[in-house]
Amino acid sequence: MSPRLAWRKSLNFVMLSLTGLCALLTVSALFFILGYLAWNGGKDLSWSFFTHLPAPVGEQGGGMANAIVGSLKLLLLAALFGVPIGLLGGVYLAEFGGRTLPFLVRYTADLMNGVPSIVIGIFAYALVVMPMHHFSTLAGGIALGIMVIPTVLRNTESFLRDVPLALREGSFALGANKWRMIATVVLPAAARGILTGVLLALARVAGETAPLLFTAFGNRYWSPGWMQPTSSLPVVIYTYATGPYEDWHRQAWAAGLVLLGLVLVTNILVRAFLTRGTAYERT
Amino acid sequence: MATTPNAATPTDFTVSPRSWLRRWTGADEIAHFITLVAAAALLLIAVLLVYQLWTLSAEARAKFGWSFFITKTWDPVAGDFGALPFIYGTLVTSAVALFIAVPLGVGAAIFLAELAPPKLSSSLTFVSDLLAAVPSVIYGLLGVFLLVPVMRTTVQPALKKTLGFLPLFRGPSYGIGFLTAGIVLAIMIVPFVLSVSREVLLGVPRDQREAALALGATKWESTWKVVVPAARIGIFGSVFLALARALGETMAVTMVIGNNPKIAASLFSPGYSIASVLANEFSEATGNLYLSALIELGLVLFLLTFVLNGLARLLILVTTARGSGVLPT
Amino acid sequence: MSSAFPLMANSGASAVSSTTKSTAHTPAMTTSGANALRMKVTKINFYYGKNHALHNVSMDVATNKVTAMIGPSGCGKSTLLRTLNRMHETLRHTRLEGEIALDGVNILTLDVTKLRRMVGMVFQKPNPFPKSVYENVAYGLRINGHEGRLDDAVEKSLRRAALWDEVKDKLHKSAYALSGGQQQRLCIARALAVDPEVLLLDEPCSALDPVNTAKIEELLFELKPSCTLVIVTHNMQQAARVSDSTAFMLNGELIEFSTTGHMFTTPSDPRTEAYITGRFG
Repeated sequence: MSPRLAWRKSLNFVMLSLTGLCALLTVSALFFILGYLAWNGGKDLSWSFFTHLPAPVGEQGGGMANAIVGSLKLLLLAALFGVPIGLLGGVYLAEFGGRTLPFLVRYTADLMNGVPSIVIGIFAYALVVMPMHHFSTLAGGIALGIMVIPTVLRNTESFLRDVPLALREGSFALGANKWRMIATVVLPAAARGILTGVLLALARVAGETAPLLFTAFGNRYWSPGWMQPTSSLPVVIYTYATGPYEDWHRQAWAAGLVLLGLVLVTNILVRAFLTRGTAYERT
Repeated sequence: MATTPNAATPTDFTVSPRSWLRRWTGADEIAHFITLVAAAALLLIAVLLVYQLWTLSAEARAKFGWSFFITKTWDPVAGDFGALPFIYGTLVTSAVALFIAVPLGVGAAIFLAELAPPKLSSSLTFVSDLLAAVPSVIYGLLGVFLLVPVMRTTVQPALKKTLGFLPLFRGPSYGIGFLTAGIVLAIMIVPFVLSVSREVLLGVPRDQREAALALGATKWESTWKVVVPAARIGIFGSVFLALARALGETMAVTMVIGNNPKIAASLFSPGYSIASVLANEFSEATGNLYLSALIELGLVLFLLTFVLNGLARLLILVTTARGSGVLPT
Repeated sequence: MSSAFPLMANSGASAVSSTTKSTAHTPAMTTSGANALRMKVTKINFYYGKNHALHNVSMDVATNKVTAMIGPSGCGKSTLLRTLNRMHETLRHTRLEGEIALDGVNILTLDVTKLRRMVGMVFQKPNPFPKSVYENVAYGLRINGHEGRLDDAVEKSLRRAALWDEVKDKLHKSAYALSGGQQQRLCIARALAVDPEVLLLDEPCSALDPVNTAKIEELLFELKPSCTLVIVTHNMQQAARVSDSTAFMLNGELIEFSTTGHMFTTPSDPRTEAYITGRFG
């Protein structure tokens, strides 16, 4: 082997190793984070963590039942507010749409996707909290809902566009109306992909803290109804981690483990089961 | 199966309660209208967002004008508000983050897209996608309890010893500060750099690789001299996109940056970022001017990310001609 | 590595060395002279995953001759071509069994980058790099560490590809500014620059008009004295015009391999006759 070829081969090997190391470093972060959280948070996880209210400062024990329920309520609101708009908007872009408006909507969706979540928080504050004069679950839910819309909309559009023309024509040829064709053929065919997008979008906002800080705010107790401030897992983690008490720190680790576990499990299940294959033959 | 055309079409002609809908063509117009309203709602939300940020920051804009951006003092008690320390902190932490994350992310993307065996590549990509889904408050949690002590006791003294001749690495080691915030940000944005760069690299036509390989190029030579140059613009796009994320990232930065509105050359110094000051002070802001100044900061952040995202999407569009379809969500 | 190793055959019965003339697996082929064999394909089987794409194919590639492969699309002719410089390895889930020798050396024992420098390839669609004309041709020279003046080598290659007169004034313009036919000749020049012993051409004219096709065919004649050529084509007239020997393939099998004159006048297999008289394909 000539010296030059030997040099080229070894460069090839060195760069393969170097870039491989980059990849390894990157992905190992996930295992490190997960392991560290499990190590620190696992020992403080108990049944009462899920069923009790936070204990007063200085007392041992207590749980985060109110934050868990609060997070679920916020997610429910976000889904009720964001998913229909995103879904129907996506149908509009893929199935109806003229020329100018879809372009504008698409561009706006991409733009909204990039808006920092804290700015969305300010917006929801101005939109809901200021007129109502107090923080509320509703305001937090709307903030998260606004964040869900662009993702669901763009995702729905792209999966609808992937449905083969032959399926649509098959329906039209049998005399179906357009909306009927969409509802009975196109939407079911794209359902898995759309559901994937919805679940991933919800999993993402489930971990959002910034938009909740001055909308849902926080609450040491149960939040009755929808018009009162509520606790949520991410905000509690933030408050407890930056607070001065050792006991809070331990609770923050446990809550972090629960939050990360929920987000990762959702992601893995959705990616593993829903994205496998499509309901129709790809051509 | 419900998705085959046969099952999906009305084949029975008996009159059912819903059969009038089938015949009524107006149903199409109604469906069109309803979906149009949903799409328009998104536009309305975006317009409203800009409108609110603009009008609610009017008081601060009128009072301070352009000097808002060059004023160093932030004194809520005296009613003096200047954005410079926050803009500085945002830019410095983002720069540190890019400095670390870009080589790491692009390198990993090259490995996953070009060099790794396909099976390894797809499982590593899966993990990287999961990493992008980790909530930012989790990064903050690890930052506070793990990274800050390590920075204080090990990394910062070591940097001072080796690179202390640079003004960047001087001063007391607090653990918190620009450098720590930048490192946390870097870990957070690597998956985005990786995922977008990987898509862009995979978008380079196959025949380009084959042409290089058929000339006797090694895998690395075909990657570095043919594929990467072809994807160059798109990779820049991924960097801008990551920068936009870094600028707007709130929680993890707030938890480790030190929350002190000062401008210092040393990366060890505590600082403050736009997003952090919003997170810390917004819900406690007393007085309209205070709130208005904070909302103006929000407006600045919005405009910064708006421009960067627009630029990033344009660059990626140029190379992949597929537009934002490649962007991670 | 330049010395010819004895061929490492996979079974004793078919063991042959580079100096042995063997026609056992090459129906109706007569090679002239022991040194006239540049490549020898012995009983190869090729799989795309579970799909058995090449069945027991054996074939000789004569030195400084044009060997053509014809057959209906999907018959395996491009696959066979790609195995000759191991380009199949860039595809996933492929498996090659049997033996291919270049100058008597099993190509699987060669370093793959070295092999591909010796056995160049031109693809179906022109695929110049998004660089200047000059840089396209210089690419292979640069990575292989060319000694001497790069300008001369580039000019020589462009002349060999009959492109020099057309591009000498725009060497530093983008290769994409050239016409499709010029781009394809540029790709040939790029491949020739590293001085390959064998040049593989995978339907090089399929994306070109008749005028440019004629230019490429003419080019093949000019290259023949200095380079061994293997061309895949779906165009039988083209095979008849340019090649010295022709292989007819069908469903992954080599049906007939003989001199071109022989094949197109008196095919020995009825399937070959059916194909070249246009009854299927």
